[in-house]
Amino acid sequence: MDITEVPVSQDNKGKKKKNKKAKKKSVSQEGNGESVGVETKEEKMEKSEPAFPPTFSVSEIKNKQRRHLMFMKLKQEKRKQKMQIKKKKKKEREALGDKAPPKEVPKTIENQRVYDETTVDPEDEEIAFDEGTDEFSAYFNGLTNPKVLITTSDRPRGRTVRFCEQLATVIPNAHVYYRRGLALKRIIPQCVARNFTYLIVINEDRKVPNGLVLCHLPDGPTAHFKISSVRLRKEMKRRGKDPTEHSPEVILNNFTTRLGHSIGRQFAALFPQDPQFVGRQVATFHNQRDFVFFRFHRYIFKNEKKVGIQELGPRFTLKLRSLQKGTFDSKFGEYEWVLKRHEMDACRRKFQL
Amino acid sequence: MGDTSRLCSVWLGSETGILKGVSLARKQAFNFCNTSHLSRDQEVRALCWGDPAESELLVGSVDGTVKTFSVEKGAFTETRRCGDPADGCFAGLAALGGSSGSALVTCADCGTLRVWREDGSSEPAAELDAGKNVCRMRPSPVHPHKVATGGKENGLKIWDLERPEKPVFAAKNLRDDWLDLRRPQWVRDMAFIPDSDKVVTCTGYHQVHVFDPSTPQRRPVLEVEYGEYPLTALSLPAAGNAVVVGNTHGQIAVLDLRKGLVRGALKGLAGGVRALQCHPSQPLVASCGLDRFLRIHSLEDRKPQHKVYLKSRLNCVLLASRALEAEGGVAGATGGAQDVKEEDDEDDLWETMERVEETPKRKPTEEDEGIEEEEEELQKKSKKKRKKGKD
Repeated sequence: MDITEVPVSQDNKGKKKKNKKAKKKSVSQEGNGESVGVETKEEKMEKSEPAFPPTFSVSEIKNKQRRHLMFMKLKQEKRKQKMQIKKKKKKEREALGDKAPPKEVPKTIENQRVYDETTVDPEDEEIAFDEGTDEFSAYFNGLTNPKVLITTSDRPRGRTVRFCEQLATVIPNAHVYYRRGLALKRIIPQCVARNFTYLIVINEDRKVPNGLVLCHLPDGPTAHFKISSVRLRKEMKRRGKDPTEHSPEVILNNFTTRLGHSIGRQFAALFPQDPQFVGRQVATFHNQRDFVFFRFHRYIFKNEKKVGIQELGPRFTLKLRSLQKGTFDSKFGEYEWVLKRHEMDACRRKFQL
Repeated sequence: MGDTSRLCSVWLGSETGILKGVSLARKQAFNFCNTSHLSRDQEVRALCWGDPAESELLVGSVDGTVKTFSVEKGAFTETRRCGDPADGCFAGLAALGGSSGSALVTCADCGTLRVWREDGSSEPAAELDAGKNVCRMRPSPVHPHKVATGGKENGLKIWDLERPEKPVFAAKNLRDDWLDLRRPQWVRDMAFIPDSDKVVTCTGYHQVHVFDPSTPQRRPVLEVEYGEYPLTALSLPAAGNAVVVGNTHGQIAVLDLRKGLVRGALKGLAGGVRALQCHPSQPLVASCGLDRFLRIHSLEDRKPQHKVYLKSRLNCVLLASRALEAEGGVAGATGGAQDVKEEDDEDDLWETMERVEETPKRKPTEEDEGIEEEEEELQKKSKKKRKKGKD
């Protein structure tokens, strides 16, 4: 004779789970025996959604369309709340006026970067001496002018050839030569004899350039990069006319560590030391998160504060793979820095350049 | 200057000509420079202890001069001209004690091995030719007048300085390979194994060889290959049967000499290894190279223990025989008095602050904190054990 009252709500709930339309009915019986969490949820939802137990998540609904709908509703609710909070904050800010606290800066990987102890201090004498007497000292003291030899790996295909030609227009005093299957170690003494200061070798894989070896010539360091995202001139939108023969200015951004300094100097030594401002051309090497982005622009000052820029020339991204002391000798050379593949996995905020 | 140099337990020579001393207990590096202006001629190529008491360092530079640095005074005391820069860089430097007074043995890249007397005469007492392109010369720790030399296309030769005409042992090249071609040889570094006559060498063709002069076999007794890049440095740890080698890619490995297997690798180095040295008593190995860092790894668990950034590329490293983390004896007493007062003030400061668990930072009271943290952990562990017992 003991009659245990089965709360009606449970049955309703079961039914409502199955029937979408029934959910929209206001359910007043749900007040009994439900946990607090669900009730608050009910309060929030104006359409009086059926109170699900708190462990229920949208992913448990097996029907794809209903699941999608529930998820969209959830998202809309969240967005609404976010907008409300934002509006409230904005009102508070305006109300406070001058006394408002300064705007919070969002955290990015760049501003969370782990402090690198090899960051170069501009007043450090030892590093200044080291840089003053290294392999680039002849260039930075004005004794030599850059002369660049650009070549590729053997039998290059169309895209690489066009890339080399465009690079040669961007870098003054650059000459493109066909590789003819010659060994680099034999080319290097001949280049030195003919007063070349740089050797650039563009490596090609499946008709697309994918590697760059930059070798400073008398006995300088050799840097090996991986190239990605090459955009040739005709693929660029809103580009200007072809670059002229004037020497461009060079901008090197964000090469802060000791390794970054060495690479930055290598890039700087590609271009002649005195830029011709008449040409209004600028080459930028921007380092961000260990990727070096190369862009080539022409600028014009409309008035003192406004500048217009047009992008000309090829655009590519480089990632340093190794820096070797001495001229190109991949087997027996000594490496100053080598990229170890899973280095970034340990800490995402630590960079090398 | 003297007190800073007495604190240093690790000495390094750099490419800019600066002698660097590192004190690991204090986590500080000091630069000791001879002249007021630096020049690339002074690039340090060889470093060794001047005497068994380790109170003097001999520094060999590219221009052929050998300078004596006194650890007590903290300054360079003497300079000697031991060869021309045309001879090439120093391949090795050694100081011989002995009845004849302290003599200096130098070996240049062109192969001339010279013994110099203490009286500063400009002529060497003895001279011998060790072939061309000598990469390294090392003295034997057991027999002070035996030295080993080796280089590119110049096999291992062991010389007795009292009989300089012929080497005591000259190694034969390996057998021709399966195409009957002559195998190239390039000895980069060698070491004498203590308690026996054997010599270990590492080559530029990523091989490690063990030679035994007491046997009639002149070819290597054991051959081990490691990696694909030239091995540039070698060192023997205090516990025997192993050897630590480093190559141009920054890979350092511990190899077992009993069977010729790789026991493990030491990670961290990003540039080519220029010098390795194992501590004579503790299981630690110091490595330095082109990436401008001094790294100290522990040999037991192969984990890095210390990493110090020194701003120039490093060529040679030398360890003091005493425990690396202990401060120098004399300096500890005199400098310790000042330090104790500072430490008291700092201790009060630290006690007022909350204790936060963190990785060791550069503080002079690091050792005290480390000990206190360990004690706390032990107490926590004992509490946990008690709780489990109750259950």
